[in-house]
Amino acid sequence: MTDKTPDSRAPGNAVDRRRRRLLTAATTGMGLAGTAGMLVPFAGSMLPSEKAKAAGAPVAVDISALAPGKQITVEWRGKPVWIIGRSAEELDFLASMAEILADPDSDAAQQPAYARNRYRSIKREVLVLVGICTHLGCSPKFRPALTADADGAFLCACHGSRFDLAGRVYRNVPAPTNLVVPPHRYLSDSVILIGEHPETA
Amino acid sequence: MSLMNWIDRRFPATKVFKEHLSEYYAPKNFNFWYFFGSLAIVMLVLQIVTGVLLAMNYKPDADSAFASVEYIMRDVWGGWFVRYMHSTGASFFFIVIYLHMFRGLLYGSYRNPRELIWIFGMVIYIAMMATAFFGYLLPWGQMSYWGAQVIVNLFDTIPWIGPPLAEWIRGDYVISDITLNRFYALHYLVPFLLAGLVFLHIVALHKVGSNNPDGVEIKRGPKGNRWDANAPADGVPFHPYYTVKDTLGMVVFLAAFFAVVFFMPEMGGYFLEQPNFEPANPLKTPEHIAPVWYFTPYYAILRAVPSFAGTQVWGVLAMFAALVVFFLLPWLDRSSVASMRYKGWMSKLALGIFALSFLALGYLGTRPPTPQLTLLAQVFTLLYFAYFFLMPFYSQLEKTKPVPERLSQ
Repeated sequence: MTDKTPDSRAPGNAVDRRRRRLLTAATTGMGLAGTAGMLVPFAGSMLPSEKAKAAGAPVAVDISALAPGKQITVEWRGKPVWIIGRSAEELDFLASMAEILADPDSDAAQQPAYARNRYRSIKREVLVLVGICTHLGCSPKFRPALTADADGAFLCACHGSRFDLAGRVYRNVPAPTNLVVPPHRYLSDSVILIGEHPETA
Repeated sequence: MSLMNWIDRRFPATKVFKEHLSEYYAPKNFNFWYFFGSLAIVMLVLQIVTGVLLAMNYKPDADSAFASVEYIMRDVWGGWFVRYMHSTGASFFFIVIYLHMFRGLLYGSYRNPRELIWIFGMVIYIAMMATAFFGYLLPWGQMSYWGAQVIVNLFDTIPWIGPPLAEWIRGDYVISDITLNRFYALHYLVPFLLAGLVFLHIVALHKVGSNNPDGVEIKRGPKGNRWDANAPADGVPFHPYYTVKDTLGMVVFLAAFFAVVFFMPEMGGYFLEQPNFEPANPLKTPEHIAPVWYFTPYYAILRAVPSFAGTQVWGVLAMFAALVVFFLLPWLDRSSVASMRYKGWMSKLALGIFALSFLALGYLGTRPPTPQLTLLAQVFTLLYFAYFFLMPFYSQLEKTKPVPERLSQ
C-alpha cells in the first residue's frame, strides 16, 4: 500500500465491477448469515426450558380403585390424562359402532402401536386417554350413562365433538381424529406409568 | 416567539405543525364517519396510559396473576376505575376500528392512491388483535386460559411445523406460567409497535391527502381557497376546523364510553366474560368457550369449516383468509368510481350483505354450536367471501352514477 489513493482512471486501475459485485455479495451474505445466527439464541430462548421439560416427566398412577364407569384424572405435562374403567358389555358394544365413527380402526397415528386395537388399550378393561379434544384442545366430558347412546361417551362442550368409549371420534363433528392415547405402561397390575412406552414395545 | 425560533432552527416544530395541521387541507365535506380515525388515536392513548398504570400492580405469575387483578379491583386506590377503563377500552377500541374500516369500504378509501394507507391500517388491525389476545390471558381466569388454549392450538393444526411451533409459542407443552410471563411481555411490547404503525398510517395519508364521502380527489380540482392560493379549493385547514369537530366527537364518544365503564363494565358478559371470574384451571374446561365479541366473526368462520383429509387446518386457513382478503381489496375493486354514493345497486347490496354477514357471524361465534347454527355460519361465511371474490365482477358490471367535478356539498 502506498500513501497515495490509486487513481481509478489511470490505466490498470479501472473499477473491476465483477469483483466489486462479488465482494459486495460475499459481505452481504456473511452479514445475513451472522444475523441469522444471532436469531438462534433469540428464538431458542422461547423454547420449553429445562424446568418445563422436567415438569413433563412421567407420572405413576395407582388404579387399584378403578371400576367400570369410573374415571381417574391425573395431570401429565399439564394435560388431563384419563384412566377409565370399562365393563364387558361396554367392550362388546364398541364393535357395533363402526358405521358412525370416522376412524373405527384407528388408522390415524393417534395412539402408540401397542394400543392400536379395537379397544385402543393395553388391557381391554382399562382405557388411557389424553383428555384433550383433537379439535382445539378443550377437555371433553365423560358421560358413563350415555355409553351406548348416539350422543357419545365423551362430549366436547366447546364445539360439539363426540367420541365413543374407546376415544374414537364420531363422523361429522369438528374434531378430525380420535383422542390421543398417551405413551403408558404397567409397572404392576395396579400401577400405570403415564409418559413412557412399555419396555418390550 | 424567540423561543420558537430557537427550537425551529434545531427541530422543525412549526414546519411539522403547519404541514400536518394548520396547513394540511382536508376535504370540507367530512361527515359522521370521519370521527373514528381520531377516536382510534384517543383509544390507543387511553389503553397505553391505563395499561401502564395496571402494570404497576399486576403480577405476571400463574400463582398470583388472578389475585393481583382482584387486588387492583379492591385495594388499589381507583384501581377498579383504571381496570374497567382498560377492559372497556379494549372493546370500544374495536368498535371504533370496525366503524373506521366500514367507512373505508363505504367511500372507497382503500383505492389508488391510498393502497398503502389501507395496508398499514390492516397491519394495525391485526397487531391490535394480537395485543388483545395477549392481554386476555393476563387475568388468568378460566376464559383467559381456555381461550388462549384454543387460539394457540390453531397453530398446532399446521402440518409438520405446527406442534413444535405451538410449543415454541407457549414455551411449554400447555399454556402455563411460562406462557403467561411471555404474553405479558408481548402485551406490553405490541402497543408501541402499534403507535409506530399509526405514525406510518398517517404519514402515508398526508402524502396523498384524505379521501372524502364523494370519493372526489380535491387535489385534482381547482386551486385557491381563503387561506392559500395554491391549496385545493375544496379543502379546509385540518386545524382548527377538524380538530374542533373531532373534539366534539370525542366528548360525545367519551360520554358513551364512561356510561359503560361506570354502569355496565361487564356488558352482560360480552366485554368481561363470566367464566373469567374463576381462576384458570387446566383440568376443567368451561361449559362453553367463546372468545370476546370482537373475535367472534372469525371464530364462527373457523367453526363453520368441517375437517377433512384427517386435519382441521382448513377452518384455520379460512379464518386467516378472512383477514388476508382485506389486503387485496384495493385490487379487487374495479369500479370506475370510489364512493358508494356513485356506485350502482350491486355494490350497495354487496356491502349491505357483507356488513350483515359480519354481524351475523359475530353473533353466531358467541353461541354454542348446533347443527342449525353451524349451517347458518356456513352460509354467512360464503357471503362474507363472496363480497370480496365477486367484487371484480359486480364492481365492473354495474352502472355507476356520474361523479361531480367538485365536492357535492
